Amino acid sequence: MLITCPYCGPRDVLEFTYQGDGNRERPQPASQNLDAWNAYVYDRLNPAGDHNEIWQHSGGCRSHLRVVRNTLTHEISSTTFARGDHKSAARHKAGGKS
Amino acid sequence: MAEYSAFSLLKNALTGNKDWKPAWRKPDPKASYDVIVIGGGGHGLSTAYYLAKEHGITNVAVLERGWLGSGNVGRNTTAVRSNYLLPANTRFYEHSMKLWENLSHDLNYNVMFSQRGCLNLAHTPGQFDDLARRGNAMRHLGVDAELMTTAEIARLVPALDVSGSARFPIVGGLMQRRAGTARHDAVAWGYARGADRRGVDIVENCEVTGFLRDGDRITGVSTTRGEIRAKKVALAVAGSTGRVMQLAGIDHMPIESHVLQAFVSESLKPIIDTILTFGMGHFYISQSDKGGLVYGGDLDGYNSYAQRGSLPIVDEVMSEMLALFPGLARVRMLRSWGGVCDMSMDGSPIITTGPLPGMYLNCGWCYGGFKATPASGWCFAWTIAKDEPHDFNAPFTLDRFYRGLVIDDKGQGATPRMH
Repeated sequence: MLITCPYCGPRDVLEFTYQGDGNRERPQPASQNLDAWNAYVYDRLNPAGDHNEIWQHSGGCRSHLRVVRNTLTHEISSTTFARGDHKSAARHKAGGKS
Repeated sequence: MAEYSAFSLLKNALTGNKDWKPAWRKPDPKASYDVIVIGGGGHGLSTAYYLAKEHGITNVAVLERGWLGSGNVGRNTTAVRSNYLLPANTRFYEHSMKLWENLSHDLNYNVMFSQRGCLNLAHTPGQFDDLARRGNAMRHLGVDAELMTTAEIARLVPALDVSGSARFPIVGGLMQRRAGTARHDAVAWGYARGADRRGVDIVENCEVTGFLRDGDRITGVSTTRGEIRAKKVALAVAGSTGRVMQLAGIDHMPIESHVLQAFVSESLKPIIDTILTFGMGHFYISQSDKGGLVYGGDLDGYNSYAQRGSLPIVDEVMSEMLALFPGLARVRMLRSWGGVCDMSMDGSPIITTGPLPGMYLNCGWCYGGFKATPASGWCFAWTIAKDEPHDFNAPFTLDRFYRGLVIDDKGQGATPRMH
């Protein structure tokens, strides 16, 4: 499987780290909403078909990517930077560029 | 007299083998049942069998989308063991082990259960200590476990590279002698036949396309062979749990579906007479009665419903095999295939009532569902019949994740691809 990193171009899947369901919404760090935290940590959308997921190009530019991939065919229909997307599972440094 | 016996074999041989009955009927589904079990794999069939045998509930249908046993019960590497660390898992899998030990007699069907042992290897002193801890935990609950030294391991598996110059030298291992392998298809067929003979309808080529509801309550299913009503609807669909729960309107589950590959080599003379697991990666191997080496490793690592894997894992599994057995370098791989595993967030299963009224859920088997087949069906049947879990499956609830009661044997956290 090849993932086309928007920065590096098409690369082997071995260069990437899978971070799973990209629809999860991380609560604000100070949030005390237990249901929201539980949902973020444990609940997953698990569709048979197009799956919106986060990958990190850990063996390359280290960008976090938002990938739409079909879980029945493994076909990838879009790859974009996850950066700047507040729903992303990617962590941002406080005050860092986003 | 048992239907299958030395006597019946002889009798049918003399009469040209014309009088054997099919192992199960091919009934059309009725309009309603007491219980519908969705999923004609090992767990669904054993659930139906124990519903009929233990609880006298015989007005049961097992609905299977494809043909019987076409999913993971025919796709695993057939290992049966109960060498877990945490008490909830140990008790449950040990119950399964005890059912395995009598299964061929119980079913009057030879499942070829072979207690050849399962040996986990340690490659560092720290890992060996960890195995000792697990072995003690097992023995504490009455499960057999013994530590083995490198010299003992070398005698047991002469082909193994136990030298100090191995890539990951072996410092010892933990052996469960009662562990073993079974003929996986025979398990499905034996349970199917046992359930069928007790009146259960096994309906193949019958895909569930939706749920019938009365308010919140599940009252049946719509299928490709028409609507079927039932007082109780039980799901045992493993890797398809996400898809089937979506039909019931539940999108989010503590489950991810991943593909796991398995491999068989060409037939060799006997070389490994136990199950062996590698400790510095994820690799397990045994040898079938036909002589093929049966082995596998890690998940491919990303969500998938495709029953096939990709090449990086093939490469990884082969290199792990050669790290243990350099002498197998020229053995050819015969076949490989993939199965879809329902990976839970803590690596342990879910056997519970609900989450909707009238529904019962059995899922989250990760890649360890085969060894659980008897106990899974036994506990699930109990839960369906009595509307409450047995002690063995009481910890395996769906809401344990949200109540701080996870059963994480590996201590991995909510990263399903790592369990």
